[in-house]
Amino acid sequence: MADKEPRIVFQRPKSLLPVQMHYCPGCPHGIVHRLIGEAIDKMGIEGTTVGVAPVGCAVMAYDYFACDMIEAAHGRAPAVATAVKRVHPENIVFSYQGDGDLASIGMAETVHAATRGENITVIFYNNAIYGMTGGQMAPTSLPHQVTQTSPYGRDVHTAGYPIRVCELLKDLDGVAYLERVTVDTPSHVRKAKRAIQKAFTYQQEKRGYTLIEIVGTCSTNWGMTPLESMDWMRENMLPYYPLGVYKDIVAEGYENIHEAAKDRAKNVPIVMQEAN
Amino acid sequence: MGEKVLMKGNEAVAASAVRAGCRYYFGYPITPQTEVAAYMSKIMPKIGGTFLQAESEIAAINMLYGAGAAGARAMTSSSSPGISLKGEGISYMAGADLPGVILNVERGGPGLGSIQPSQQDYWQATRAMGHGDSRHIVYAPNTVQEMADLVYLAFDKADEYLMPVVLLADGLLGQMMEPVELPPEKTEFPEKPWATTGHHNKRPHNVANSLYLQADKLEAKLRERYARYEQIEKTEQRSEAFMVDDAEIVVVAFGASARIARSAVVSARAQGIKAGLLRPITLWPFPNDVLEATVPQAKAYLSVEMNMGQMVDDVRMAVHDAHPVRFYGRTGGVIPAPGEVLDAIAKLAQEVGA
Repeated sequence: MADKEPRIVFQRPKSLLPVQMHYCPGCPHGIVHRLIGEAIDKMGIEGTTVGVAPVGCAVMAYDYFACDMIEAAHGRAPAVATAVKRVHPENIVFSYQGDGDLASIGMAETVHAATRGENITVIFYNNAIYGMTGGQMAPTSLPHQVTQTSPYGRDVHTAGYPIRVCELLKDLDGVAYLERVTVDTPSHVRKAKRAIQKAFTYQQEKRGYTLIEIVGTCSTNWGMTPLESMDWMRENMLPYYPLGVYKDIVAEGYENIHEAAKDRAKNVPIVMQEAN
Repeated sequence: MGEKVLMKGNEAVAASAVRAGCRYYFGYPITPQTEVAAYMSKIMPKIGGTFLQAESEIAAINMLYGAGAAGARAMTSSSSPGISLKGEGISYMAGADLPGVILNVERGGPGLGSIQPSQQDYWQATRAMGHGDSRHIVYAPNTVQEMADLVYLAFDKADEYLMPVVLLADGLLGQMMEPVELPPEKTEFPEKPWATTGHHNKRPHNVANSLYLQADKLEAKLRERYARYEQIEKTEQRSEAFMVDDAEIVVVAFGASARIARSAVVSARAQGIKAGLLRPITLWPFPNDVLEATVPQAKAYLSVEMNMGQMVDDVRMAVHDAHPVRFYGRTGGVIPAPGEVLDAIAKLAQEVGA
């Protein structure tokens, strides 16, 4: 057996550059980056993919992905991605955003890119905290969650309630596919990988806006070990942010968002008229 | 000679931008520049371009950032309050060395201000449209023809220097109609090997970015960019001189107020006052060289503006305070009458014995 050629069974995806990431030990961002890289490699689209990095922990994602990358202002990734896609409609365009970026400062850009049906894919990492700035309350921080800016726990009477992004977006006609996943176990990782690939495939097929929400952890700012943070996420985050497919127009029997939107408004004469 | 057509300033800007190769326009409604968006929404679908009414000025400028990164010729337009919102994206474009054209059809401020013409955004346009050390070429048209010519030039300069270029107009220029000869359709464009077009497995990845976590690297980048700014200051100053050669009272005015100041200068000459008009066409780089050259014969300067006195600072610096530099202006959307400017010239002439 000694002369048998070594067989590579596991390696860094080609579309992830061989650089050391800056993420904290135990942070799932690395897993999510890897899943995106695997999807890009599998689909052979590195040369035609453009990624848009956020402001937040993933700010330096532009140094990690081998495809062309753009660093956007805080929350503006969907607006930037919109234009990038309009200029090169044949490219695959994705943004990678955290909860503060996507659901707080960038909520207007998020909602409007979605309702316009921009044919882009948003990878949304929800860990219920602002990580990069040191652990402040996020739009997705849970009631009673202690953060640097909710030191007595999130008080819903003064700070209001967390935003469930998939639930908020699912009624918008521009949205083709929404799924909430996590990456705490091998089976969940595989499921997340399939979801990301499906989103990219829908984009390739020009079906409409796609968003994959990854419920994750921030052991550093939650003040836990990585394993404890996974337990906390399973106990608190997943019941609040249930995993699953929130919208899939193909599963509903439609080709694309336009077919689905038309069917939904088929009793509205102006919607049914032919375009000028 | 091409055909002359009667157009509003806002429409001429839009028509000329398209001829300059602009195929992406992102905007948000605001008076008094909405004709730009209306024109673009009509023409873009017919020429394979994109008109996109953004959800906000902030989204629009970030779309400009994205389109610029992707290698396209793109523009956005707004009026004063909307331009404030664009400050973020303009700073990011400067930081990532991305081209793009921004039109400000100014109205009265601060705050919601008024919808009448003003020049109250001079400081904003020339000093700091966003945070951080950055510069942008600023063109100040004063006719509908110049609205067309300068936006056409703006696209070339944005690509040449890899920076946002601003056209600072006002509600008067945007709304008035004049005959204009539109420039020819541009067919040749510069290569953009740095653009994020997808690398097609032919080159390492391109990155559009303004973040430098190491301070010394950011400083080095800024010094490199400022060398480019210095070059622009040397080569891109533009201005128009009217009766300046022997002028003792040099009136300095740009845009709409230069039209009024010109009439006042003609009247002053009729009264025997040796007045002249120096009209900056670039507000940054400010035409320091031609202004400095007037110092030997001038006795005083009068900066005429539709604001409370902003460009007057630049005039003082340009002439090194060698002579008295005065200001006359109306603000908040009020347009000065030629007679008012004439009075200011006459008063100044008397003061300095011109």
